[in-house]
Amino acid sequence: MIINHPLLGPRDSQEFVYLGDAALIHRPDGMADGSLDKFIDYAYLRDNPAGEHRELWYHEQGDRSWLVVTRNTVTHEITAVELARDVARREGRSK
Amino acid sequence: MKAQSFRLRPILTQDGTWEYHMRYSGFRVIAEALTGHKGWKPAWRDAAPQAAYDYIIVGGGGHGLATAYYLAKEFKQARIAVVEKGWIGGGNVGRNTTIVRSNYLLDGNQPFYEFSMKLWEGLEQDFNYNAMVSQRGIINLFHTDGQRDAYTRRGNAMIMHGADAELLNKEQVRKMYPYLNFDNARFPIKGALMQRRGGTVRHDAVAWGYARGADQRGVDIIQNCEVLGMRIENGRVLGVETSRGFIGAKKVGVAVAGSSSKVMAGAGMRLPMESHVLQAFVSEGLKPLIDGVMTYGAGHFYVSQSDKAGLVVGGDIDGYNTYAQRGNLPVVEDVAEGGMSLMPMIGRARLLRMWGGIMDMSMDGSPIIDKTHIAGLYFNGGWCYGGFKATPASGFVFAHLLAKDTPHSTATAYRFDRFAKGLMIDEKGQGAQPNLH
Repeated sequence: MIINHPLLGPRDSQEFVYLGDAALIHRPDGMADGSLDKFIDYAYLRDNPAGEHRELWYHEQGDRSWLVVTRNTVTHEITAVELARDVARREGRSK
Repeated sequence: MKAQSFRLRPILTQDGTWEYHMRYSGFRVIAEALTGHKGWKPAWRDAAPQAAYDYIIVGGGGHGLATAYYLAKEFKQARIAVVEKGWIGGGNVGRNTTIVRSNYLLDGNQPFYEFSMKLWEGLEQDFNYNAMVSQRGIINLFHTDGQRDAYTRRGNAMIMHGADAELLNKEQVRKMYPYLNFDNARFPIKGALMQRRGGTVRHDAVAWGYARGADQRGVDIIQNCEVLGMRIENGRVLGVETSRGFIGAKKVGVAVAGSSSKVMAGAGMRLPMESHVLQAFVSEGLKPLIDGVMTYGAGHFYVSQSDKAGLVVGGDIDGYNTYAQRGNLPVVEDVAEGGMSLMPMIGRARLLRMWGGIMDMSMDGSPIIDKTHIAGLYFNGGWCYGGFKATPASGFVFAHLLAKDTPHSTATAYRFDRFAKGLMIDEKGQGAQPNLH
């Protein structure tokens, strides 16, 4: 698979480390009510869809950026690649 | 004719009529050879769905068929159906590297896998089918002192749970496989942990044998019948919606491996697992080279030689979520490198075939066999890439759970709530990262 890095262009997926579902960006607030259950869901449960999947890839052998890759888990087709930083900002996770 | 007494055995079917089933034997083969092989019958019926059953097993793979078989045979249940999206045995039971072993370390695992090994040992007599169970021995090579300590500990754990284990030194390994790369500068072979009772089993025959045995006991095996959803009312499952219409059931057991998340989403559940692809490979036929099963301790590579003489090899999963039953080239390269560093002599052998199967990778690398919060709905999955060796025990304990509503004594740890309770069964010590198990 080739991942079209937003800064570096097309890169072999071998240069990356895979983490999993991009929902992991949304780490629960540990101080909020019911945070224990939320953390159990966060750590262990996954949607694991057959089809479009937004997922986190880390460019370890490159610029060490985290990316959010939108990829189809049935065909392996990649339709979007964004910097995870931009996604997290847009979704209100970081400043 | 006197021969009738062994070749035909009447079975009471679900609609109250008697059917006769053929018992396989050496004598039968000879008798058929003399009469032009005109007496063989299909090994199982191609059943059409009835309106309702007591038990529906979703998934006609090894685990689902074994579950139906043991439900009927050991737990004396009736009105059982297995529903399968494609054809039986077309998924992971037909896609693995056929290895059976019970060399686990942890308490929650080892008794279960040893139970499975014992079932393998009596399987062919039990279901009257030649599954080519071959206890040719498995060795796990070690390359460092630390690895030797770890394997010594594992071997002791196996022995304490009633399995067999032996620690081999370098010379003992050399005597078995003189062509290995013993003096590799980085990863010299220092010995191996051996389980002589481990080996290989003809994987397709496992599915066929269980299917035939279940069918003989009145189980309906319904192929080309995809489960599209579950009908659930007031917290109780009423049946499954399928591509061939609604089928009612008192109890539904799901054993669909890589499709677990998809099927259980139909019941509104999210599972602690991801689906990943594992590739396997077969080389061209070679002269007899490896009489057992071998795993490399310094890379992810395992190899055995099939009875058709091809080397059957496998390695690691590709590492990203996927439902495609094919992998990518980096893993091919990685497996080939592992093989070359272990036994450089295979460098000239060519790979004939490669394929992929979808693994239900759980968060701790161990399976789940448990009730769900929905009454009548039971789940069996999370086998990662170790499901084949577990097939008999998985079927047996799942049938136990379905019939008696309590877990079998060897499967009490495989619960859904072990993650929330911090009772993970993490053989590899990797934490909640499915692609590392």
